[in-house]
Amino acid sequence: MALLNFLKPKNQLEEGGRTAAPVQRDDGEPEKNCPNCHKDIPLSRLWANDLVCPCGHHFRMKARQRIRMIADKGSFRELFSGVKSDNPLNFPGYKDKVETVRAASGETEAVVCGTAMIGKQKCCLFVMEPYFMMGSMGSAVGEKITLLFEYAVKYRLPVVGFTVSGGARMQEGLLSLMQMAKTSAAVKRHSDAGLLYIAVLTDPTTGGVTASFAMEADIILAEPNATVGFAGARVIEQTTKKALPDGFQKAEFVLEHGFVDSIAPRGGQKKLLAELLKMHDGRFCL
Amino acid sequence: MNTAAFERVKLARDSQRPTGLDYIRNIFDGFIELHGDRRFGDDPAIVGGIAMLGNLPVTVIAIEKGHTAKERSFCNFGAPNPEGYRKALRLMKQAEKFGRPVICFVDTSGAYCGVGAEKRGQGQAIAENLMEMSTLCVPIISVLIGEGGSGGALALAVADRVWMLQNSVYSVISPEGCASILWKNAAKAETAASCLKLTAEDAKSLGVIEKILSEKEIGKSEFYDRIRALLAKEIEELTEEPELVGNRYDRFRSIGRTAVVKE
Repeated sequence: MALLNFLKPKNQLEEGGRTAAPVQRDDGEPEKNCPNCHKDIPLSRLWANDLVCPCGHHFRMKARQRIRMIADKGSFRELFSGVKSDNPLNFPGYKDKVETVRAASGETEAVVCGTAMIGKQKCCLFVMEPYFMMGSMGSAVGEKITLLFEYAVKYRLPVVGFTVSGGARMQEGLLSLMQMAKTSAAVKRHSDAGLLYIAVLTDPTTGGVTASFAMEADIILAEPNATVGFAGARVIEQTTKKALPDGFQKAEFVLEHGFVDSIAPRGGQKKLLAELLKMHDGRFCL
Repeated sequence: MNTAAFERVKLARDSQRPTGLDYIRNIFDGFIELHGDRRFGDDPAIVGGIAMLGNLPVTVIAIEKGHTAKERSFCNFGAPNPEGYRKALRLMKQAEKFGRPVICFVDTSGAYCGVGAEKRGQGQAIAENLMEMSTLCVPIISVLIGEGGSGGALALAVADRVWMLQNSVYSVISPEGCASILWKNAAKAETAASCLKLTAEDAKSLGVIEKILSEKEIGKSEFYDRIRALLAKEIEELTEEPELVGNRYDRFRSIGRTAVVKE
């Protein structure tokens, strides 16, 4: 399923930052090549514009950077940072892989959770980390998301979540699959408590995360051109032996078919989230 | 060791194994099939309806793979489309309304990978089932009878009791898929099958299922009689359980508790 997203053509993965290293310009300023307009953009310019190219292309973003972009300054309080994956199946190579990724990403797991203020509106916030095994969901990710929804029920808070994921983490086998059921049950309790959940799908949101908490929000937003789907595009092509339609599994395609509420470019996300949170803060209930 | 797990995968995929409809016909009386998701269409990969388990009306839902080439093609080799999962959910909600227990038979290599399936929201359909099944107010028992392929299988297995046939498998990804992603070599599927811990014994020791069903005399009337008796007894116990929905939450909440470290 999910994981099969990794089977996408290599050129679709390169913009992910795993391979797209910035190149040094003659005058010393590093640049990054945009996979959309193919121009070299100075990194400083990208950073100043929340990693959005002047052409509109949204580069992948680290979880902490996203939190800085979305949360009111200094308002983020991290929760459950001590929850980490073990190697429950003794899957060969998994332990080393996780250690390498931890060192490279500076994160302990593929999601960061906490509370924050967004435009002075208090909420629970989770942001998945594309640079940690492409946001794959193992037991620790499932546990942290579940704990966050349970926390949100306890303190009657809305949840805002940014998803990015290749799907369930196969190195934890069935236990990863079970996280889909566990997180869904936690979202349901939060929903039944009358609380708001807004998901923002970022590139890529696929597999087991699409088939669980990404698609279970009251309001589902997606970043422009983000890949959003269940099965990997190449697997579908191999299964059906047909060429895929243009823009297949892009956020705009998913919007057209009725599975997201709106496309939310990065520049306007904070304002939009703040407005939505404000309209649900309970003062206007009949 | 490697071979052992992969042998199970082959057994689970064997087209001669009883399929969902075989279980429905042989365990229950008076099955009345109910079609359609009321939104888009009717998915032949999922068969559902009402039947009698002894003297108790139940809702039965099964993923059907078919035996003959014609049957297998008709039901898309047991790979459901979103409308199949939506039909299943409609029937479960109907069961809840009328206080009927739900029994699911699961046998799929996975939810269908297709353009239409994506257009119609395969991920959303599965997600909705997971969410809604977690609070369905009637007992749910899911039996994995062949392949338990990832989210497409889980979408019918958020249950109070999950049982597996001895030679069925349950996995987050196919061994071939896992091998080609991790080792760029689908031929290493045997190794992947072993690493993924996908046998019934593995699933039981991971706490993912409650019971392994023996395949003694599989396909014969004794086999179905035994499963009928087990289902009837379990339904009776679950029906008397006042904390049914809370227990179901705790069941999935506690799976893999040892898989994470909390500092």
